[in-house]
Amino acid sequence: MGVIQFKNVGKVFGPKESGFVALKDINLEIADKEFVAIVGPSGCGKTTCLRLVAGFDNPTDGAVMVDGTPIKRPGPNRAVVFQQFALFPWKSVYDNIDIGLRNLNVPKAERQSRIAAILNLMNLEPYAEHFPHQLSGGMQQRVAIARAYVLDPDVLLMDEPFGALDAQTRVVMQEELVRLARKNPRTVLFITHAVEEAVYLADRVVIMTRAPGRIKEVLDIASIRKAEDWDSHEKIEDVMDLESFVHLRTQIWRSLREEKADQHA
Amino acid sequence: MNKRISFRQSVLLGFGGLILFIGLWHGLAISGLVPRVFLPSPLEVYDRFTTLLDRRFAGATLLGHMLASFERFAYGFILAAVVGIPLGLLMGWYRLLDEIVSPLFDALRFVAPIAWVPFAALWFGTGIGGPIMIIFAGAFPPCVINAYRGAKFVDPRLIEAANMLGTPSHRVIREVLVPSSVPSIISGLRVSAGLGWQSLVGAELIVASAGVGYLMVQGQANISTTTVMSGMVAIGLVGLALDSSLRLAERVILRKRGLEN
Ligand SMILES: Nc1ncnc2c1ncn2[C@@H]1O[C@H](COP(=O)(O)OP(=O)(O)OP(=O)(O)O)[C@@H](O)[C@H]1O
Ligand SMILES: [Mg+2]
Repeated sequence: MGVIQFKNVGKVFGPKESGFVALKDINLEIADKEFVAIVGPSGCGKTTCLRLVAGFDNPTDGAVMVDGTPIKRPGPNRAVVFQQFALFPWKSVYDNIDIGLRNLNVPKAERQSRIAAILNLMNLEPYAEHFPHQLSGGMQQRVAIARAYVLDPDVLLMDEPFGALDAQTRVVMQEELVRLARKNPRTVLFITHAVEEAVYLADRVVIMTRAPGRIKEVLDIASIRKAEDWDSHEKIEDVMDLESFVHLRTQIWRSLREEKADQHA
Repeated sequence: MNKRISFRQSVLLGFGGLILFIGLWHGLAISGLVPRVFLPSPLEVYDRFTTLLDRRFAGATLLGHMLASFERFAYGFILAAVVGIPLGLLMGWYRLLDEIVSPLFDALRFVAPIAWVPFAALWFGTGIGGPIMIIFAGAFPPCVINAYRGAKFVDPRLIEAANMLGTPSHRVIREVLVPSSVPSIISGLRVSAGLGWQSLVGAELIVASAGVGYLMVQGQANISTTTVMSGMVAIGLVGLALDSSLRLAERVILRKRGLEN
């Protein structure tokens, strides 16, 4: 299971009365195996939301829960994919993927077979013995995704995972993530600046207001994807050409634009 | 400025500089501007150096003295590393320890190693403990400082990654803190070896039995400037070898991480 709940969540950095209010009254429930993307202006608190679920930070108000249990600290049931990959540079690709399994005391034979399977799934087989610096950005991020997926986590947290990649690599990774998510669905909380990416990947898109970050609106993408049969198109550019896609994208753009405009009012 | 210089070119340039230096020295020595006793010529020093290699002076051959010095150095240096590196890492990791130790450490490290000579003599007499203590005083601070920096500036995302991968906190030190500090630790060891080796002569002023420093003191007593200079050459050569091997280790490690420039 992997139900994420934000209940009246607030986060203040610094002293509670006079500090900086990053998040206010966040209420959100993400269903098991649902893919939710968060978009919003820079500094609105997206990363903060994700860090609360990861357990890197704790909320000042309310509660963040996974499967009904408030989160206190990081744990392998909530795997994180960082924007800057955060692979261990002194470990080979194989060992980077292995570390989480070892921490869970998975027997060696099982570790080997699970790593082999994920390397195969992510097209990383030839690079098992390479070190991170010997790989391109796209491949490093693949390793980071493999490292998270191999743990079979309830929840996958991704903070602009493709932000550091060039446009082509980005598209390949987006398609790959969709493929992965179909084969092995997980609850995913995905943060991005790219509106297209959010619409293409997510079941629901959450739009946040600028600081103090609140939820402005939540758009249901899954029902439209189903109704318009987006999944019958294999290539991302074909989906992006569909009228229903363009419509949603424009709607999100407008909403974000209002936020940006506020800033200069 | 940043034009690439090949290894061969750099060796050639280094040799060029050395030859130029020896030439100037030779010129000055034979010019008669300085009495020969005060400044022997390079050839005389070379002569003395090779003689000392197989003739005993002050109780041992030059190699014997070098070995005696190196042994003391090794003890002091290893002790400094074994105590200093863990201390530095822990200071970088535990804020409280940092606050307690740092002011004391920052003050003590300005006391030159040689300033410990009176106490070393007092506490250890002429035993091996004295010189080890002086070498330790020279080698210890860079070990601590670099391990501390390594630990302090470890990428916080790597710590978070280790946490989310379920690494127990005591193992985060071994799994993340130590390996990510290794480049900094190695460069600390290089500085530390240099300072430790430099403190040697000072250290050997107080043991009167063997060592390059002892050889030099005896040379001075016999007004043999060539002996003193042979000692200086020996110190330089061992120092160079020490630094080159540590630099090699540093390069191997950095290359493995893809950090080499
Ligand atoms: N540890 C912290 N201490 C103080 N302020 C913080 C801290 N972390 C974040 N903030 C502030 O909280 C706000 C939200 O930060 P957050 O990183 O969540 O934004 P974001 O939506 O992820 O932005 P971006 O799109 O640029 O990544 C920002 O104004 C930031 O400066
Ligand atoms: Mg962010």
